[in-house]
Amino acid sequence: MYQYDKFDQQMVDTRVAEFRDQVERRLAGKLTEDQFKPLRLMNGLYLQLHAYMLRVAIPYGTLSGAQMHVLADIADKYDRGYGHFTTRQNIQYNWIKLAEAPDLLEDLAKAEMHAIQTSGNCIRNISSDHFAGAAADEVADPRPYAELLRQWSSFHPEFSYLPRKFKFAVIASEEDRAAMRLHDIGIRIVKNDAGELGAAFYVGGGMGRTPMIAPLVRDFVPLDQLVTYAEACLRVYNRYGRRDNKYKARIKILVHELGKEEYTRQVEEEFALLLEQNIEPPIAELERIKMFFGDPAYDQDASSEIDRSDPDFALWVDTNTKAHKQPGYVSAVISLKPVGGIPGDATTAQMHLMGDLAARYSFDEARVTHTQNIVLPHVKISDLHALWTELDAAGLGTANLDQIGDIIACPGLDYCSLANARSIPIAQQISERFAKNGKGDTLGELKLKISGCINACGHHHAGHIGILGVDRKGVENYQLSLGGSEAEDTSLAKITGPGFDEAGIVDAVETAADVYLAAREGEERFIDTYRRIGMAPFKEALYG
Amino acid sequence: MKIITGNDLESGAVTWWNGQGWSLRVEDAADAGDSAEAILAREEAARRVNAGYIIEGEPGSDGHPRPAHVKDRIRGLGPTVRLDLTLKPGDEIAAREVI
Repeated sequence: MYQYDKFDQQMVDTRVAEFRDQVERRLAGKLTEDQFKPLRLMNGLYLQLHAYMLRVAIPYGTLSGAQMHVLADIADKYDRGYGHFTTRQNIQYNWIKLAEAPDLLEDLAKAEMHAIQTSGNCIRNISSDHFAGAAADEVADPRPYAELLRQWSSFHPEFSYLPRKFKFAVIASEEDRAAMRLHDIGIRIVKNDAGELGAAFYVGGGMGRTPMIAPLVRDFVPLDQLVTYAEACLRVYNRYGRRDNKYKARIKILVHELGKEEYTRQVEEEFALLLEQNIEPPIAELERIKMFFGDPAYDQDASSEIDRSDPDFALWVDTNTKAHKQPGYVSAVISLKPVGGIPGDATTAQMHLMGDLAARYSFDEARVTHTQNIVLPHVKISDLHALWTELDAAGLGTANLDQIGDIIACPGLDYCSLANARSIPIAQQISERFAKNGKGDTLGELKLKISGCINACGHHHAGHIGILGVDRKGVENYQLSLGGSEAEDTSLAKITGPGFDEAGIVDAVETAADVYLAAREGEERFIDTYRRIGMAPFKEALYG
Repeated sequence: MKIITGNDLESGAVTWWNGQGWSLRVEDAADAGDSAEAILAREEAARRVNAGYIIEGEPGSDGHPRPAHVKDRIRGLGPTVRLDLTLKPGDEIAAREVI
């Protein structure tokens, strides 16, 4: 894992001191709310539906066991005993007091964490593959490149006031586990025919009110030009992005309106100029960063034998563990989606337990997934039963990864001042319905995602089944959509037709699932069947 | 019917204008009528409320003003999925009434 050097630590400590002064001036009445709001947002502090909400960055979703303990302590000391893991691999606290926020940030800084650039029109937390460094199919660990971009983008003076917020994802495998093409810039680390590593740049993707899949802009950028090319992409956007209209200000609109060819031409022109200015960080810095992401000291004799006599354990192993590049190891996914639970929420006790388990079973490392779960990336197969036993006892042993109960849901109208409808109760009801009727086990992979408004924090555009909550004359209403995917076969879901009320949307999801079960051929997933038979049979079943 | 709401600066807690001051209880909300803008301006100037704004109200079942929109009613109660964290812990009827 990356560890702060004196510059990282000084930057974060200085920011905490600066914010402490700003908070004191606000509380003393020396700053108005209009003056203070942009300052608190730069430190991740929102004023939400019920209270202040703090969003803490977890760079590329990676954290140590000790850092997980700090997150738990913060939930206990400053909040109400829980936190909410988000689709940007971050954590949010919902009940923060303004006067205590500087102390909270100071506690975070001591553990090499912060809330900088988790809000505002800047480059946000850079996300990555939650199996990075463990996956057998990656050409390299993507995290050193994500870390390099984090350092480049932190307090970048040219990109602190972009036309709109800006999100990067970095992966290094053909399989996309990070919704890479639904980011402003998606980077895939690739290997060319000569065996050299480089970066493929996909620019102009995103969800929100105008979902778009990022087109490939450059298929190979040498890694010693990675930052320079990113700078060129941002500079063209910063120059021509639509600052006149918030709803057209994301880079996806610029790329769409200019066209991929013209946008690319401008980027290449800028890139050529920037190359002459030699802005790329020295390769020694990248090599320094890479040192922090070496393989842990695996047991080379680790056994792959496993006792599957306990059926509940065997089911969890089959569902919630993923192959590892190191024989005798797997990556284990801790579901934060118990039946009827709140997706992404974890209590103080659960966070402490996950911190302990990371230390004992995963070389002191955990990951936050964009699907609101936690990964222990390097678990010995021989330790799995002991791990699962402790998880199960704490309500963290649900075996539902990528199944219909593993729902992404934004906070929705229960917490968010932007939301139009509640998301969480819909997720809870669907989860309970499919646990009770037994269909959840037979459906296989079915990714269901719920957003409480058009901003799409719940990724509904990318759900095999997506649900969007809308406000229909003051009443919550839910649009159903089908056919989205955030994976390497990225696609955008299409709306089935008129929306449903709260009870109706749960029935509608079951109806769609039944259509799939009746039409499924062989091992087809829901998305495969949908792509084969199209929307018509679903519409017929839903609307007659 | 006009209701004035905002937040407590230090805690961020949601507050409601009750005709004389600020209350944490939405049940205390008063109809500020045509005076709403003037009251809000005065209260903000005196720093007794943070990020205040005016919403539409309607008569509740008990005749007292309540927020007309579901979003503001949830804001008045707290998260419907964590009734233990609301001002009426465990009161499922209260949660149903806001929807």
